[in-house]
Amino acid sequence: MTQTIYKTKLGKLESLTETPTHYCAGCEHGTLTRLIAAAVDELGIREKTVMIDSVGCSVLAYNYLNFDHIVAAHGRAPAVANGLKRVHPELTVFTVQGDGDAASIGLLELVYAAQRATPITVFLVNNAIYGMTGGQMAPTTLEGQVTTTTPLGRDVHLTGTPLDASKLLAGIDGAAYVKRASLAVQEISSARGKVYTIRNLLDAKKSVENAFKVQALGGFAFVELLSTCSINWKLSILESKRFVNETVVKKFPLGLYKDTLGVEKK
Amino acid sequence: MTGNRVYLKGNEALAYGALEAGLNAYFAYPITPSSEIPETLAKEFGNKKYPEYKFFLQAASELEAINMVIGAASGGARAMTATSSPGFSLKQEGLSYAACMELPLLIADICRAGPGLGNLGPEQSDYFQGTKGGGHGDYRLIVLAPATVQEMASLPRLGFDLAFKYRNPVLILGDAFTGQLKEDVEFPEFTPEHYEVSSWATTGAKGRPPHILNSLELDFQKHYKHLGSIYEKYRHAQENEVRFEEYKTEDADSVIVSFGIASRIAKGAVNRMRSRGVKAGLFRPITLWPFPKIQLKRLASEGKRFLDVELNSGQMLEDVKLAVGDGVTVNFLGKWGGIVPTEAEIENKLKRLEVVAV
Repeated sequence: MTQTIYKTKLGKLESLTETPTHYCAGCEHGTLTRLIAAAVDELGIREKTVMIDSVGCSVLAYNYLNFDHIVAAHGRAPAVANGLKRVHPELTVFTVQGDGDAASIGLLELVYAAQRATPITVFLVNNAIYGMTGGQMAPTTLEGQVTTTTPLGRDVHLTGTPLDASKLLAGIDGAAYVKRASLAVQEISSARGKVYTIRNLLDAKKSVENAFKVQALGGFAFVELLSTCSINWKLSILESKRFVNETVVKKFPLGLYKDTLGVEKK
Repeated sequence: MTGNRVYLKGNEALAYGALEAGLNAYFAYPITPSSEIPETLAKEFGNKKYPEYKFFLQAASELEAINMVIGAASGGARAMTATSSPGFSLKQEGLSYAACMELPLLIADICRAGPGLGNLGPEQSDYFQGTKGGGHGDYRLIVLAPATVQEMASLPRLGFDLAFKYRNPVLILGDAFTGQLKEDVEFPEFTPEHYEVSSWATTGAKGRPPHILNSLELDFQKHYKHLGSIYEKYRHAQENEVRFEEYKTEDADSVIVSFGIASRIAKGAVNRMRSRGVKAGLFRPITLWPFPKIQLKRLASEGKRFLDVELNSGQMLEDVKLAVGDGVTVNFLGKWGGIVPTEAEIENKLKRLEVVAV
């Protein structure tokens, strides 16, 4: 049985341009780009969707996603999204932000967007590192993880433990939907030996769709997507995927943290 | 409000002026001495007299407020925020982005004494930050300086017009004095000019290619060209949008150059001097950027003596000196820290200069 991740299989999506992406091999930013395009196509909202691009590896998304875009300053995407949504409530407005962008310099903007139950959608790509700037410590960097600014490994006594954005937002009254999913394919053993399953991606796709549905119902939706950064982690692509599935998930468990509108059940 | 004569504080007048100018959305963060602006706009939200006024929200920070304005302006709305000096520093990030993204938006800075927390008294010490860019990168704001409560009421109209005409942020640079002063104000009948935004606003890519509002351009040649087109726009504004007031300068031997609240005191000093037969005049820039340099150059060529009066240690003074050119002395009287000069002080300063000149 083949699993179909997009209704159109790997066919052309209207929401996707034909520009080849700049993302590194194995990076899940491209995966998320495609999941968003698929969800927007399936919901039929492309002409009424505006993406707020953030600073980091997601910033060039305007080359790939066939919507209107506003490119925000570092961390400010939820505030920009809020401003646009309030004067054009008919639009679907969403951000794609990295962990450095949303959970560090833009934490205030993120928390207050949730606290006010702002009807926008935020996708946070958590790869536990500042990717575009070359692999510095992020708020989500794991304890002991080596980065260019924690060459001896993250010292949690000095820099605190990794920030759990999903747990934080789930504790905020205004957030309607908080989900942590993974974009890393998973290695499993089968009769034929080791194979890779896209179970995670199917769940991520559902989460992306639900996050847009929550916005249509007037709620604030947040999806954190665990991802790899093999270049800056200095691991191979497959080692990186394994690191997410075996190690990162222990600190950042996957699952539905909040769903006040009950979209997951529908 | 239209057609009536009302007694208002400067900050209230600015708020009503923005409403009369067709304000769509206001994003607030309170800071003294500007807080009557968001308070007035919160009170008037939902008033059927202003059907275009669709949204008011108090943000959690100055940064959040300016970025909400950026989002609303990206959608083509008439969006605005106001602040005072410490807050204006925080707005600079957003203004730099908005200038590069070519967004029309309106911001007011009710300038108080700085640096740092300073105090709540009037200063004009944000002149540099307002007129020279303020944030990172090479850009300009169009800067309007009200001297009266009436101008606090009327400049938002001009502000939105210029913001949309040039697709650039416009700053109303007031001060604690003009913000807190109470005077009679009139709101003449006014229909806001309509500016077409459909060629750039991010309202959904329906039947057209996507609109991308962006300050990032990794291609050097493209960025060079984009900035060049912005600078061309600035050149056009410099040629066409200079506004100023001349008061009794024609036969004057001495011309005081001053803006905002300082210019009102200077005008009083001019009247005092005139009453004792001294030929004094006042030149008041209303647009601090573009700066009325050609007009000042003309006055300099007529051999006038200049005295620049400001509530700072000499910021506009640099532009005045540049305008009049080498060989023309520009004298200076500055007050700061919340202190304003008296008419007598200005008069005495000019008297001393006359003695030196004789």
